[in-house]
Amino acid sequence: MSEKKTKNIKEEQFPQEPSRRSFLNKLWIGLGIFALLEFSLLVIAYLRPSKTGVKSGDHETIIEAGLVAKFPLNSVTAFIRGKFYLCRLEDGGFLAVSRKCTHLGCTVPWLDKEKRFACPCHASAFDIKGELIHPPAPRPLDLYRLFIENNMVKVDTGKRIKRSGFRADQVVYAKKVQT
Amino acid sequence: MGKGRNGILRGGKDPERYRRYLNTFILHFRPRNVPDRTLRFTLTWGLGGMAVLLILMLFGTGVLLKFAYHPFPDRAYESILHLQYDIQFGQLIRNIHHWSANILLVVVFLHFLRVFFTGAFHPPRQFNWIIGLCLFLTVLLSNFTGYLLPWDQLSFWAITICTGMFDYIPGAGLWLQKMIRGGPEVGPYTLTNFYAIHTIILPAVIITFMPFHFWRVRKAGGLVIPRTPEETNETRGEMVPSIPNLIVREIAMALILIAFILVLSAFFNPPLEGKANPGLSPNPTKAPWYFLGFQEILLHFSPLIALFFIPVLMIIALVSIPYISYPSSTAGVWFASSKGRRMAIDATVAALIATPIGILVDEYVVNFAVWMPSLSPVISQGLIPLGIVLAGFYGFYLLLKRRYHASKNETVQVAFCFFLTAFIILTIAGIWFRGAGMRLAWP
Repeated sequence: MSEKKTKNIKEEQFPQEPSRRSFLNKLWIGLGIFALLEFSLLVIAYLRPSKTGVKSGDHETIIEAGLVAKFPLNSVTAFIRGKFYLCRLEDGGFLAVSRKCTHLGCTVPWLDKEKRFACPCHASAFDIKGELIHPPAPRPLDLYRLFIENNMVKVDTGKRIKRSGFRADQVVYAKKVQT
Repeated sequence: MGKGRNGILRGGKDPERYRRYLNTFILHFRPRNVPDRTLRFTLTWGLGGMAVLLILMLFGTGVLLKFAYHPFPDRAYESILHLQYDIQFGQLIRNIHHWSANILLVVVFLHFLRVFFTGAFHPPRQFNWIIGLCLFLTVLLSNFTGYLLPWDQLSFWAITICTGMFDYIPGAGLWLQKMIRGGPEVGPYTLTNFYAIHTIILPAVIITFMPFHFWRVRKAGGLVIPRTPEETNETRGEMVPSIPNLIVREIAMALILIAFILVLSAFFNPPLEGKANPGLSPNPTKAPWYFLGFQEILLHFSPLIALFFIPVLMIIALVSIPYISYPSSTAGVWFASSKGRRMAIDATVAALIATPIGILVDEYVVNFAVWMPSLSPVISQGLIPLGIVLAGFYGFYLLLKRRYHASKNETVQVAFCFFLTAFIILTIAGIWFRGAGMRLAWP
């Protein structure tokens, strides 16, 4: 018979099992696995956190911190609503640093007497630029995009920017008024 | 109500029938006869049974709590206060739930130890070890998800740092973190997720796996038969009826445990700090006590090692225990043999000494990150210290193996005792010896 010539290797190992049955069995199993995968993807898609609907740049995420002149040099002001600190450096430049410690996520307070952020959870410490001065945090504090419009300091809290180190171009300066 | 009528109203005249009904009911889930030798209390210490009872108590009090608790950040804390102060017996129900949960962890852990040290993972009980590990994990996760629900400072920050650890798992870590938290931060979606997991998903898992676990015990012929190292495996010994011999013992243990939990709950309230404040992290912020061993490990090793490599190694080690090729089955013998007994003591003492020394040395003396600044912290604070620990243990292991001419049964036990003791010491350090800023301090 011609079927015998087209036997595949599996048939030789299991001479009792007709090839049609084993093929259909494998087909069922394959379809079953496929269905399971599909179901898992469905469940994961359902459970996935939805986008909050607020994109970076929306007017809701941009916080008006205040006029440039309001912030003294070498100062740190906390903004609870935006969950960030506004740091004004010695040279007048601005940085908006996140209040979340980069170690495990505790909220880092600014200690004005010691002029540093000191995390109460595991004693990580950061300086006024958010740079790491004491482990175990692995990297400096994250930044939020800061820009100055009409002398008003604005911070976009929609997107947190991770950084591996401090760079001078992260600081934002108010434009000098031409006299 | 005369003779000849079959009905419950006949009861007063025929107590025997009720006893028979009760007996046949019990015999649906108990063998008719059990080996007399397995009735001995010091074989199992009743730990498995205690675990089941505690789970039932947790289900019972949990259902009652479901009627009072509101799983929303601005309502959760207040609903707990309402439960404690305004609902009759509310405080008691919460207390029972809390103490049952914590004691369950201890009981399940001790049960795990008992099963290991009596060799009740040798064939045909190998797969049941795996089911047991899954149940252990489920209990741990239940405790963890329940921890967040009061939404007080303790809960909020413990879960913040525990989920914060996921960030360090390579690959899917951040994705997993977002899935569990329901977003980038711990917030209302986290509470919803944890509540669903805690009240439905995990109970469903327990209800599925627990009967499976029991059935496997029955399939293996019941409890492991205790014996001295010289006796052979197969002597089941004399069989006695379960009713009353086994049942009376079980009921006695159950009543004692219930009484203990009730007394504990009557006098001690679980903690409830101030309402969660995302703007203020407490100092120190600690994970729940059963995770403090891991938090302590995290303080000594780089996050990739502490949160990924070490847990993976632990899981592989635990899962492979029943499947190592042992020269013989030592099921039923405490500590595998008298040699095993001595070696286990040696290993425990060694870890008791080495672990505190290791903690102190790492805290005050060694600072690889500073000594080898050119190497990435994964190596200088991760692979190198881990390598030192493993090399040290391996040396000790070879020493013991040679000295005692031990077989795999005993040497696997040595490894188990050593690392278990080390983990317990680390947990104790994390609970009582870490203070403000997570610095070492007297309790």
